[in-house]
Amino acid sequence: MSTISAHRPYPAEFRRMQDEIEAVARRYGLDFFETIFEVLTYEEISEVAAFGGFPNRYPHWRFGMEYEELAKGYSYGLQKIYEMVINNDPCYAYLLECNAMLDQKLVMAHVYGHCDFFKNNIYFGHTSRKMMDGMANHANRVRGYMDKHGVDEVETFIDACLSIEDLIDIHSPGIKRHDDKLRHVALAAEPEEEEEGSGRFKSKDYMDEFVNPRVALAAERKRRIDDKKHAKHKFPELSERDVMLFLVDYAPLENWQRDVLSIVRDEAYYFAPQAQTKIMNEGWASYWHSKIMTTHGLTSADVVDYADHHSGTVATHPGRLNPYKLGIELFRDIEERWNTGRFGREYDECDDRRSKANWDKQLGLGRQKIFEVRKVYNDVTFIDEFLTPEFCRHQKMFSYAFNEDTDQYEIESREFEKLKERLLFSLTNFGRPIIAVQDGNYENRGELYLVHQHSGVDLKMDYAEDTIRNLHKLWTRPIHLETVFDDKPLVLTFDGKQHAKQVGGENK
Amino acid sequence: MVQRIQRDHSRFRQIVRGKIKQELKKYISHGEMIGKQGGELVSIPLPQIEIPHFRYGSRGNGGVGQGEGDVGTPLGPGQGQPGAGAGNEPGGHILEVDVSLDELAEILGEELELPRIEPRGKHTINEQKDRYTGIRQTGPESLRHFKRTYKRALRRQIASNTYNPEMPIVIPIREDKLYRSWKPVERPEANAVIIYMMDVSGSMTDEQKEIVRIEAFWIDTWLRSQYDGIETRYIVHDAEAAEVDRETFYHTRESGGTRISSAYKLCDKLIDEHFHPAEWNIYALHFSDGDNWGEDNLVCMDTLKEKLLTKANLFCYGQVESPYGSGQFIRELQNNLGGAENVALAEIGDKEAIYDSIKVFLGKGK
Repeated sequence: MSTISAHRPYPAEFRRMQDEIEAVARRYGLDFFETIFEVLTYEEISEVAAFGGFPNRYPHWRFGMEYEELAKGYSYGLQKIYEMVINNDPCYAYLLECNAMLDQKLVMAHVYGHCDFFKNNIYFGHTSRKMMDGMANHANRVRGYMDKHGVDEVETFIDACLSIEDLIDIHSPGIKRHDDKLRHVALAAEPEEEEEGSGRFKSKDYMDEFVNPRVALAAERKRRIDDKKHAKHKFPELSERDVMLFLVDYAPLENWQRDVLSIVRDEAYYFAPQAQTKIMNEGWASYWHSKIMTTHGLTSADVVDYADHHSGTVATHPGRLNPYKLGIELFRDIEERWNTGRFGREYDECDDRRSKANWDKQLGLGRQKIFEVRKVYNDVTFIDEFLTPEFCRHQKMFSYAFNEDTDQYEIESREFEKLKERLLFSLTNFGRPIIAVQDGNYENRGELYLVHQHSGVDLKMDYAEDTIRNLHKLWTRPIHLETVFDDKPLVLTFDGKQHAKQVGGENK
Repeated sequence: MVQRIQRDHSRFRQIVRGKIKQELKKYISHGEMIGKQGGELVSIPLPQIEIPHFRYGSRGNGGVGQGEGDVGTPLGPGQGQPGAGAGNEPGGHILEVDVSLDELAEILGEELELPRIEPRGKHTINEQKDRYTGIRQTGPESLRHFKRTYKRALRRQIASNTYNPEMPIVIPIREDKLYRSWKPVERPEANAVIIYMMDVSGSMTDEQKEIVRIEAFWIDTWLRSQYDGIETRYIVHDAEAAEVDRETFYHTRESGGTRISSAYKLCDKLIDEHFHPAEWNIYALHFSDGDNWGEDNLVCMDTLKEKLLTKANLFCYGQVESPYGSGQFIRELQNNLGGAENVALAEIGDKEAIYDSIKVFLGKGK
């Protein structure tokens, strides 16, 4: 296993602290993989953070870009990384060498929250727990291709793959879309033509010859059979949301290219649950660092520093949503509601304000409930289920929208429904547009036809065009994207040389 | 230890400098890192390359935030969507820090690879200055060195075994107190004056003035870091030129024609009256949309060549793009003075271009 600071011994003082925190965490019922802490200097932690938490990634300039941002942010005193933990068995977590001991302790408590979440939340269930090795293998393979085919060529190809890294089907690990579909097709194969009703109009006996002439019936039957045959050759059978997989399977790529594309896809699937559960994961970890630190391990000398650090983590900046803050508050709210029994039909239907305000059935189910929540929810279902109007009012939440007249974002509303809708929309599919392959053999010319499931917000046009251009590098035949722009249907096309736009059926 | 990331980092720098992978050049944006300077927020340039993805545009888009404000209150720019972006994002938070002007200038210089300016050393005036570098036992309370006083108190308490780590209370007594003291130092002084000139004719819109304002802020910041004393003077002109104060400079709007030579003449007069070139480093900056009366161009060139350029360290001309202006003037300057050593010309199309133009202006090291 490649570790970063193997040459540096883990200080005994840290070891003691870790044992202490770990014991407390276990007593609370947290369940985690073995956790290994490494103490890094700022340069090292910036490097690891730029690599997405791993000590070794394939060579690519964007990691350098991340690094520059992190290292500069630190040296200008603008930002500082506190904690970094990766989903792996064992879990690796990094501590910043120059942090105060109290901070290290807090970070450890926070990290155990994350580790528990990685291990138990079902959305992480499908991720590889040996990704530390996985990433190193990916890196080796890509380096090999670079030696063979040249750095520029491979890197440029990676750029194109990264352009579509979000076109994956995040729910596919939980749903077997393909097998089911194929089985159904096989069972329903060659259905015999229905006896009645094949294009026949209702008529009296004596009029039948005239209402349903035999020639017309025959023609109709032939048309239906043709339709069916045609439909059978549709490719893919159902529209495919895992555009990357479709390209891995069917794009005319060289072997090394196919491998690079599937590496980028694998890593996208590995990281997806972290984006899917950002609010929950950070909320859960913050809940536990606060619980562990305030009930154990804080001396009076530490309180001020702890409070300062904790409030920095959960601070809200005007007009921005802090996932740490939203998550921890929601978990606390759930715990409170299940402790006092403020849920279910009886509570919802109660319309006496005073008894609602003093509602307390002494259930004490809060702790049990939040453990259950961390297991089976993701951000979308979490918000959908547990966000309440009282909570939003209390947290001063609002929704904002883009105002075209003033060319800026403005507070749109403080109404619960509107706000929840906005929040859910921004979390659905990581807040990215949903795009699927509709036809891999469009017009029988091997062209790729993609459809954007438009849900009220238009695509950013220049980006869309450039992304299509990158798709063309992979598919090599013309690419079409059907979307809606300015309330009109629009098809974007890139044929390898130029872009074309077709608005509502006519050429432009 | 050589870091693995160095390879990726140097490759990224090469792309930003345009040495390799030209096709990515158009995705480079000078992303912002916000720093605080006084009450004002300034951004520190941070080049970023965004690989294109399918994304939502801003039309019809929105999100959820937290905080005070009524319906309709505008939010500042730069809020992203929560949860966007896959990846193991490090948990860090942006701290608001005060960046001093000196640091800001240093960052700017580093970013743009600006050469340090060699002041014209003909006349250096030695000046005495008090510097607070020393420490002593007595002094006024206002100069008490807080940190050192407490450190000494802590040391004393530990030594006399009255310190309790469980209850870390430190109380300084009279003997613990330390005070700052000063020493006079002699140091050479170099003075500089920046004379800003701006075209305020009808064709300059507010947007262009905003560009000038930002540009001027950065140039000010840089030059202030290079000289001890900086004077700034402001001249506005349409067909006539007038010296104004800073406020008026940015907010005046006139209509009518443009005669650039009027500003150059006034600038020259200002220098003759107040800023003798032997004692002052002189910077003359002129911003316009490039529209000038045809026959005036000749007068401009003469004034520049014979008067201004002989006195000024540097003459900069920035042409902001205007929907109305013809933008001829920069070509006139290019043709007549393009070769001159202390002339820098830049076209500033939009806010993005400010970055490059600052580099042109200050890159000469004059």
